[in-house]
Amino acid sequence: MNDQTLFSIFFSAMIVNNFTLAMFLGLCPFMGVSAKVGTALRMGLANIFVLVLTALSAWFLNTFVLESFPYLRIISFIIVIASLVQIVEMVVKKTAPALFRQLGIYLPLITTNCAILGLAIFQTNRGYGFLQGLVFAVGAGLGLTLALVLMASIRETIEFSDVPGIAKGTGLVLIIAGTLSLAFMGFAGML
Amino acid sequence: MKKTTPSQDFIRGIWNENPVLIQMLGLCPALAVTNSVKNALAMSAATFFVICCSSVLVSTCKRFIPNEVRISAYILVIATFVTLADMMLQAYAPAQHKELGAFIALIVVNCMILGRQEAFSAKNNVFRSLLDAMGTGIGFTIALVMMGGFREILGVGAFLEYPLFGPNFEPWVVMVLPAGGFLTLGFILLGMGYFEQRKKAGQADKAEQTA
Repeated sequence: MNDQTLFSIFFSAMIVNNFTLAMFLGLCPFMGVSAKVGTALRMGLANIFVLVLTALSAWFLNTFVLESFPYLRIISFIIVIASLVQIVEMVVKKTAPALFRQLGIYLPLITTNCAILGLAIFQTNRGYGFLQGLVFAVGAGLGLTLALVLMASIRETIEFSDVPGIAKGTGLVLIIAGTLSLAFMGFAGML
Repeated sequence: MKKTTPSQDFIRGIWNENPVLIQMLGLCPALAVTNSVKNALAMSAATFFVICCSSVLVSTCKRFIPNEVRISAYILVIATFVTLADMMLQAYAPAQHKELGAFIALIVVNCMILGRQEAFSAKNNVFRSLLDAMGTGIGFTIALVMMGGFREILGVGAFLEYPLFGPNFEPWVVMVLPAGGFLTLGFILLGMGYFEQRKKAGQADKAEQTA
């Protein structure tokens, strides 16, 4: 059992050890859907939702199932995440079709987002309890959203600026990400 | 899909469609564990093992896997081999396992591996799937070792923990920190973009001269 305070878990997951910029999790949506602020924000919110559900089910699995079958950890986590995303997709489609249309392809893509599986595994490795896991998930989700929205706003701004031909595309995005990551390093000593 | 020869299957993953540098797949491990060459090698070896075994198994079983649940079936196969790799590393190289931490488990969600199963192994025979997987695995290894090399040489002043420069070398600490990962890959891509542009310009020149 881990005895970190809830606030330090939250703050560490969101800012100091930001999932995208410090731990390289969830880079695919970070590169893929960070072209517009609106979609980036929606993607971030969908991620928070799935992260919280994952934290809950990972806690459930850890407490009731994996105690006796530790070698099934990776397999059971990935199955639970895949079916969770599928269920969320069906529920959202039935109850809120407008939201479903807005999220579009991003909802199923969350399954292969390493931030989700990463959260479940980190939570287990650090031995977070129920409430700690929940706070960790919300913090991590907000951190992902923050990184996505920051990146999207920068990309919207540089869209019309005159960059050399070789820098158009992913190369430039990675260098901007590096600069953002440098900025986030400023928080490193805080906790 | 175009017909390709077995050697093309092998080369494609290494060069023309390098998973990390061209297709931008599997970026999370490529950036996260390349702070030293040793970590990069261990990660590549684990990924190589997983992609080869999964490709062989998926192409062997492709007739028995119903089309509707194929993605889940592939993920299950991959997760099984990742568990194996995780346990083997823990048993034979516990220090290295600790260093890589959760990133071994995260091989499951490396889109490169799932991508090869869906795009190649599900449609081709065992031998060619193995060649394709080996090519992709080697391409991944080259990209990771290259990044690990840059970062370790600049950030620590050593290669495979063997010091290269005298004591007066001031290491660029930022290269082994997260920001360095983004910057290294960014500059590698810029370099590749530069050569691509020169190649195009050269071809255009030649075309003009012959015309």
